[in-house]
Amino acid sequence: MANLKVNYCGVEFKNPIVTASGTFGFGYEYNEYAPLDEYGGIASKGLTRRPRGGNKPPRIAETPSGILNSVGLQNPGVEVFAEYIMPGLSEQFDTNVIANMSGNTIEEYVEMAEILSETDAAIIEMNISCPNVKHGGMAFGTDAAVVEKLTAEVKKHSQKPLVVKLSPNVTSITEIARAAEAGGADGLSLINTLFGMRIDINTRRPILANNTGGLSGPAVRPVAIRMVNEVYRAVKLPIIGMGGAVSGADVIEFMLAGARLVALGTGLFAKPDLIFDVKRDILAYMERFKIDDINSIVGAVELNQA
Amino acid sequence: MKKTYKCKLILKTELCPGIFDYVVEAPEMAKEAQIGQFLHINCGGRTTLRRPISICDAGEGFVRFAFQVKGEGTAELAKREPGELIDIMGPLGHGFELTPGEKAVVIGGGIGVFPLLRLARETDCAVFLGFRTKELICMEDDFNEANKNVTICTDDGSYGYNGFAVAAMGEYLMDNKVDMIYCCGPTPMLKTVKQIAEFRRIPCQLSLEQRMGCGIGACLTCVCETKDTGMAKYKQVCLAGPVFKAEEVVF
Repeated sequence: MANLKVNYCGVEFKNPIVTASGTFGFGYEYNEYAPLDEYGGIASKGLTRRPRGGNKPPRIAETPSGILNSVGLQNPGVEVFAEYIMPGLSEQFDTNVIANMSGNTIEEYVEMAEILSETDAAIIEMNISCPNVKHGGMAFGTDAAVVEKLTAEVKKHSQKPLVVKLSPNVTSITEIARAAEAGGADGLSLINTLFGMRIDINTRRPILANNTGGLSGPAVRPVAIRMVNEVYRAVKLPIIGMGGAVSGADVIEFMLAGARLVALGTGLFAKPDLIFDVKRDILAYMERFKIDDINSIVGAVELNQA
Repeated sequence: MKKTYKCKLILKTELCPGIFDYVVEAPEMAKEAQIGQFLHINCGGRTTLRRPISICDAGEGFVRFAFQVKGEGTAELAKREPGELIDIMGPLGHGFELTPGEKAVVIGGGIGVFPLLRLARETDCAVFLGFRTKELICMEDDFNEANKNVTICTDDGSYGYNGFAVAAMGEYLMDNKVDMIYCCGPTPMLKTVKQIAEFRRIPCQLSLEQRMGCGIGACLTCVCETKDTGMAKYKQVCLAGPVFKAEEVVF
């Protein structure tokens, strides 16, 4: 039997497939279509220090091969997650939970890391790249010096592996990745959504009430693959790759680029039981190329020489 | 475990230009479908997202829905021909809540009339259906068959009651006492019906529409604003709705 087990930041994942924060709620809805136990791990909805109502609707617009969203981190807050949601998840499901958090200030990030450290979450994912909130979010993720300082500060207060989620909306993602590494991050996840906009030509108004939003889905995948590979070559940290993966082939592509775990997100909207196809296709690929251990393909892309 | 279904299209009718009436073979969904719930349909083509479409009717082994071609997804869906399979999730959402013995008003406008057909059949009600003009009237015969007290209204007076359906309903409410108003239609109609219901202190349920992602409550994109505050201010149309108590909703 081919090995799908992956060790990520010292945590064992039964397979390399996880979910992308914000596309998966807290898992319960999707568990009705495919058991959460099928996944190596699931990411929580983006948590904030206090509950958030999110942005005005419409919050979603379809784009060629993708979607724009501007949910704006609607969530019950980190304390409700720690007290009520996380205990239920760990009691009912055999899968790792990646707790995703977003802050307005360094203090908020630190407080959330402390709260999440007391839970059964396997990993803390620090979102410094949300394009849909006015304060914090992406502003943290686009300045290397800020990323290093924030990471170092949060790392001091985190008892769990700390993964920093990077924004693609930067000039050099490797610079930000190196800053997170210098700050003491245990891993990196990328990419968050690309900042975008759609306009209704009949009304001359943006489709999203928030005017702008984050682009995800297959449209962004080539950008994500390129960035995962750049970051893989620039730093030693293990990577969670994401951005438009909707098939087993896409997961393999992310892993060849350098991702150790790969998240499904937007693809789940059309196909809530996508995980079954993805796993079947990964196993078929491994059989076809006589791969015994999925870990052996991480970063195995052979770049052409100039 | 819930799943998605591949349903065979068995009957396709163009009700008026660009508005299609589909009947699909769907025995499991037909059994479960409650009045006011919706289907989340993979239209194929180049779409990334499914399209939420209300259930119009359900019976022995079949589910019926109707839709207007509005964009890329519905245009693609309109290309399906009888015998072809359609990828459908559902039934989803929270539908209308009926109370046995109640006397009701059912009011709908345009393509919002479709989810009201079963209400017209299964409740003791007066039905008011509004359309812009005579050529756009849909399912008049179905409604007349379902209910003996149907008033068709046209905004331009080209057929039936001359004026908005809300005006016809307003006149009816002068002389008749009802326990509930059920409404589905364009936002201006929903707003007005909510105002009338509140003024007359009649409980009212509204079926809402919103741009949607997952359809099952996970992605938090298809929300509507409610009078609650904090995390609960925006509620998912796919899960808490599409039918809401009128008093909850803020327009």
